[in-house]
Amino acid sequence: MFRFIARRLLETIPVLFIIVTATFFMVRFVPGGPFDSEKATTPEIRANLEAYYGLNLPLHRQYTNYLKAIVLHGDLGRSTKYASRTVNEIIADKLPASLQLGGLSLVIALVLGLTAGVVASVKRNTWVDYGASSFAMIGICVPTFVLGPLLVLVFAIHLGWFNASGWYGWQDRILPSLTLGIVYAAAIARLTRGGMLEVLNQDYIRTARAKGASEARIIFRHALRGGLLPVVSYLGPAIAGILTGSFVIETIFQIPGLGREFVNSAFNRDYTLVLGTVILYAVLIVALNLVVDIVQVWLNPKLKFE
Amino acid sequence: MFSPSSEKLPSAEVTTAQIERGVSPWIDAWHRLRRNHLAVFGGIVLIVLSLLCVAGPWFSPYGYEETNLNNTFSPPSGAHWLGTDQLGRDLLTRLMFGGRISLMVGLVATFVALAIGVVYGAISGYAGGKLDRLMMRIVDIIYALPFTIFVILLTVLFGRDIRLIFVAIGAVEWLTMARIVRGQIMSIKRMEFIEAARSLGLGTPRIIFRHMIPNILGPIIVYTTLTIPGVMLLEAFLGFLGLGVQPPMSSWGVLIKDGAERMEEYPWLLIFPGTLFSLTLFSLNFLGDGLRDALDVRAAKD
Repeated sequence: MFRFIARRLLETIPVLFIIVTATFFMVRFVPGGPFDSEKATTPEIRANLEAYYGLNLPLHRQYTNYLKAIVLHGDLGRSTKYASRTVNEIIADKLPASLQLGGLSLVIALVLGLTAGVVASVKRNTWVDYGASSFAMIGICVPTFVLGPLLVLVFAIHLGWFNASGWYGWQDRILPSLTLGIVYAAAIARLTRGGMLEVLNQDYIRTARAKGASEARIIFRHALRGGLLPVVSYLGPAIAGILTGSFVIETIFQIPGLGREFVNSAFNRDYTLVLGTVILYAVLIVALNLVVDIVQVWLNPKLKFE
Repeated sequence: MFSPSSEKLPSAEVTTAQIERGVSPWIDAWHRLRRNHLAVFGGIVLIVLSLLCVAGPWFSPYGYEETNLNNTFSPPSGAHWLGTDQLGRDLLTRLMFGGRISLMVGLVATFVALAIGVVYGAISGYAGGKLDRLMMRIVDIIYALPFTIFVILLTVLFGRDIRLIFVAIGAVEWLTMARIVRGQIMSIKRMEFIEAARSLGLGTPRIIFRHMIPNILGPIIVYTTLTIPGVMLLEAFLGFLGLGVQPPMSSWGVLIKDGAERMEEYPWLLIFPGTLFSLTLFSLNFLGDGLRDALDVRAAKD
């Protein structure tokens, strides 16, 4: 297992390199530049700005300079939109809100989703199953941009329990986390139910029953291991997405997070900020998919670290 | 077991193909599916909805872009069965036109994601070793590339075109499917029936597509029923960014989004698109669950 992890970490280097390179050139080939929206730019000011950011250099020089700064200093460069700030500062400033929102949502999603999925599969085709499955279907059908405003309408405006938007006290965390959490809980519940149903029919579960294992032991020790396999595959990329922020939720609830910043940076042609957030996301994706592969081997003893 | 077609008496000369085939699982599954009332109901609803969206606009007295500023935000009435929006456009007509886009995106993008994801994931999981590692690192890379920039780049290169949305969405949605399929394939590849297939001398593609994929259809179908609403909503999100379908054209996702902004004053603008969207997804889901159960060979033998 140690060799497996070491090799995967080594593979991460070319993966990140390709992602950075591809993104670097992708953003440059999109027409428009970072200073197009500034109204009062004379050609002189523009030339100065471009010199300041090194945008007047040939493209391959910009690219090598950018790589050098990351590798040597971990420096993601200066934002072209927020002139006085570096990308490292912006990420440090915006990431905590997204992480908090994501972390809470993840807890809600896992607790609700796994419980609903397991219960539905064990009580298959009873009213418990129909109830849990309908809850999951509602979560899938109702998109965040409907669920969010709906929760605000009921709990903030009519009942007055929470603020409609903002990100100050702990109360402000509840509605956004619920909105994001329920959507993921629904997907997790569906995948868990499906995965468990596959497993509960198998011979080794019958063997466990024949040996007189208790129902709880059969579910948690034997069935869950195999039944969670599709959920685990799904969770890797889902967690990376949850933690780096949701554009829609952050917009609805006015949360100063990274998701909104990322989408805006793409429209502002803020080259360095786009690249910085992509790198962060890439590191998360690679790390989480590695964790998924380790968990899969742990869940299924027939697999080996290849 | 109940259908005459599944009876096969062992004959003296049994060929390899016969051992492999046995009972036709598809015919069996079709009989089981027909007995599942919820699934049949779901299928019928989907057919009716699709027909409504394709043929309905021909019978509508209104156009989807036809505004009437004297009759904005009209509640449901005899003239406008589902009411009108902020420009006095007939909601029913817009829903039928929007349904064409949404159902098409849901169908095409999901099919693209399904085809690429299943084949890619199956090959990666079955091959294992170096090839698997290479293929999965490619998936990691595509995951991380910025979707928004990719879509902007596409619209710049090829202009605004609805087919681009299919391509763009299909290009990202297959990734999770590939990872799920890979995980499932790896978990069954050391089982005895695969050994048996191999010892019959079958080729790798045949083992993968005839013997392994039918055995992991459950997770594939479940994730497909998650992908369809996913792509329909992603299309709405692209519209949100100004990259999806352009007004005055619309889609269910966009209509729902617009309705959500006025849900308190003019609730029908959210309720009708929302209901239609949910009805479609519920039907798909019943059909998907029915298919899953019908194709589950193990459950059928109990």
